Amino acid sequence: MQTFIEDLITKNNYQATHLLAVLRAVQTQYHHIPKAAIEQIATLFLIPRTQIIGVIEFYSFFHLTPRGQYELLISDSITDHMLGKHEMTAYIEQKLNVKLGEVRTDGLVSFDNTSCTGLCDQGPAALINGYALPHLTHAKIDQMADLINQQLPVSDWPKVLFDVKDNVIKSSLLLAHPIQPGEALHTAFKRGLKETLKEIDMSGLRGRGGAGFKTATKWQYCSEEKTDEHIVVCNADEGEPGTFKDRVLLNAYAHHVFEGMTLCAAIIGAKKGFLYLRGEYLHLYDQLNAILADRLKLGLLGQHILGADVDFDIEICLGAGAYICGEESALIESLEGKMGIPRNRPPYPVTQGYLGKPTVVNNVETFMAAAKIAVNGGEWFAAMGTEKSKGTKILSICGDCDNPGIYEVAFGASIQSILDDCGAKDVLGIQIGGPSGTFISNTELARKIAFEDLATGGSFIIFNNTRNILDIVNNFTHFFAHESCGFCTPCRVGTSLLKNQLDKIVNGHGSAGDVVALEELCQLVKTQSHCGLGQTAANPILTTLERYPELYQAKLKKISYEPGFDLDAALETARRMANRDDAATHLTQVEEG
Amino acid sequence: MAKTIMIDGLSIPFEEGQTIMQAATDAGVYIPHLCHHPEFSPHGSCKLCTVKVNGRNCSACTFPAMEGQEVINNAKDLNADRQKITQMLFVEGNHFCPSCEKTGNCQLQAVAYHLNMLDDHFPLFYQHREMDASHADLLIDHNRCIFCTLCVRASHEHDGKEVFAISGRGINKHLIVNSESGLLKDTNISAMDKAAHICPTGAILIKHTAYQVPIGERIYDHQQIDQVSLNSEQVDHDK
Repeated sequence: MQTFIEDLITKNNYQATHLLAVLRAVQTQYHHIPKAAIEQIATLFLIPRTQIIGVIEFYSFFHLTPRGQYELLISDSITDHMLGKHEMTAYIEQKLNVKLGEVRTDGLVSFDNTSCTGLCDQGPAALINGYALPHLTHAKIDQMADLINQQLPVSDWPKVLFDVKDNVIKSSLLLAHPIQPGEALHTAFKRGLKETLKEIDMSGLRGRGGAGFKTATKWQYCSEEKTDEHIVVCNADEGEPGTFKDRVLLNAYAHHVFEGMTLCAAIIGAKKGFLYLRGEYLHLYDQLNAILADRLKLGLLGQHILGADVDFDIEICLGAGAYICGEESALIESLEGKMGIPRNRPPYPVTQGYLGKPTVVNNVETFMAAAKIAVNGGEWFAAMGTEKSKGTKILSICGDCDNPGIYEVAFGASIQSILDDCGAKDVLGIQIGGPSGTFISNTELARKIAFEDLATGGSFIIFNNTRNILDIVNNFTHFFAHESCGFCTPCRVGTSLLKNQLDKIVNGHGSAGDVVALEELCQLVKTQSHCGLGQTAANPILTTLERYPELYQAKLKKISYEPGFDLDAALETARRMANRDDAATHLTQVEEG
Repeated sequence: MAKTIMIDGLSIPFEEGQTIMQAATDAGVYIPHLCHHPEFSPHGSCKLCTVKVNGRNCSACTFPAMEGQEVINNAKDLNADRQKITQMLFVEGNHFCPSCEKTGNCQLQAVAYHLNMLDDHFPLFYQHREMDASHADLLIDHNRCIFCTLCVRASHEHDGKEVFAISGRGINKHLIVNSESGLLKDTNISAMDKAAHICPTGAILIKHTAYQVPIGERIYDHQQIDQVSLNSEQVDHDK
């Protein structure tokens, strides 16, 4: 192990910013991070061991105790539930002889839940040693069980098991008529970089992650910072359950994305760029690096790009299972080899980002849009969309519809028109923008996709009338409690309190005051939390409580108060010790009245 | 003319680079806080110091004072939220004030009194947390840790050591110490370190000193935390 780690650290140039990459390699090799490895990494990177332990315990894909040689994770997204996740889980437990959340006694397999894997259009999905397994079936699980029992390395498994489809169904400005590698840069250099920034400004392009900050303004601010060390970061950490558009863009349109990043670098004067790729998209890592190598050969990266006075390189950094790293300042912390904890603002990343340098962080789709605008001009883009939301939005549509996949729609498109496009019938409601967005009911289908109405990063989950809203809300609320970074009190404690309070109601233990208490808690978490995660964590409850209050009320018991503490269950230990289980050793909670 | 901000209708002068908390403290305005300490870089995590700046919620300990800001601090709704956040800290850990040797000297308890907290409000988590009594002079009781990171910052910024860190995610956050065994006795901490004395609760205690000051004669037995805090922290700022 000692030489393995020495080589790793040398390969990573003794840069502690590469801690995640090193830990990923150690986890892959040993299926946990052994204590001796922590000590050695601390010594070689000259960082305290506590930083390493902190990072291991922060990211879901790192472990201090051994996992199986085959680490199997099943996606716990609501869309996977709807496609039969529970049944597949039971079948895996039986076939592989391992319980969810456990390591098999022979140490060969471990099995656990993981947050949304970004395969919502082809679930139920799983990850095996980090690689995506779409569309699980009994037959595939049988096959996997054989492969595991033969102890065949995952790299030698049949490729068909890992066949992730793009499912691009509706194309418009961005997805139709791909541009050639270098085309955007050629045009921009010819037109002039200042003029190109003007085109992007004129296009009205706003950040596609959901927050909608004007892209040209962000680039302008960053370029005004006086330093020659600007940084460009592409946020490909799409962790919002129900979103998978970046997976497709990076699989089929990676040149566009890299072109957009390079264009940004030329405009703001950056020499260094990062693509922060969520760990769940490990299957894209090698091919993306190959595209970067091609671009270097083509003179579209490296020194004197296309003969101009522009030098730029892009490095791909993999995440390790933390939704919070989609928040731009948490992402920057993660790039620096730390826990993904959102920073205090100000300062904003455009003035002090990666290692304190002015940094532009944009979504995958934003960079792609910028590249196409550089080629086609601002007016071309602004001709579509609404007054405040120009252009198109790429949606990841999944859930109850005939054709889940990627749909590029003009901003201003009505929800009804989108439902018609994808063949959704008997609709109960739609979760727009993922759990952190809004749940709308089937009475609101005239509403529009736009920053001024329903803003979204791309997640669009359809539920039909056979679905139970409280199950959906419960899944989302558990998700936020699991993904809270724990930095600030309202979110750290609040998201877990929300989870417990909602469980109490959903499981039929709620009484009169419990829905009021739930709503109060929602408001507190929403208004007092440090970052967007906490500020939106209560949205699933708030948006459904507003629309379906009767669903919550119907779950309540007709008594004025039910304690959160189960008296009878608390006596279980005493009963076991006394070896008694007669009536006198049981207590009734509250007399029903 | 000195630059000023308005806090609850009072005009408060500030110097360039000061946070709202620093300007307020210097002017004798108390903003409740637990993770802030004037000697260390601000953290902004406990969220007790949330004030409304031109209508927006901001942490006073990290947000820079800027000319023309209208700040609301001592308002009914903000104090109600602060009380609930304090209650969250109480239910998250295991805080039994009557049997805690820090009682009367505890900032968490004092803030709770100041905010008129009369019960826990939320259901308790009853988390299982360990104690580390391995060190000859110091004790860690994880039941009382509120993750303010003051010990982390004091060790790093003042003592020039890296004894403490916060590890884990979400509700599973926990304090860890920098030794191969994971025990405090194997770290390079000393009872003379700032980090050993900075804990606002009873999570890090100096051994053999309990009850030397009897209950009834402790810091917050006679004064509210707002007065104590202003008296000590104004001095710190003047240093």
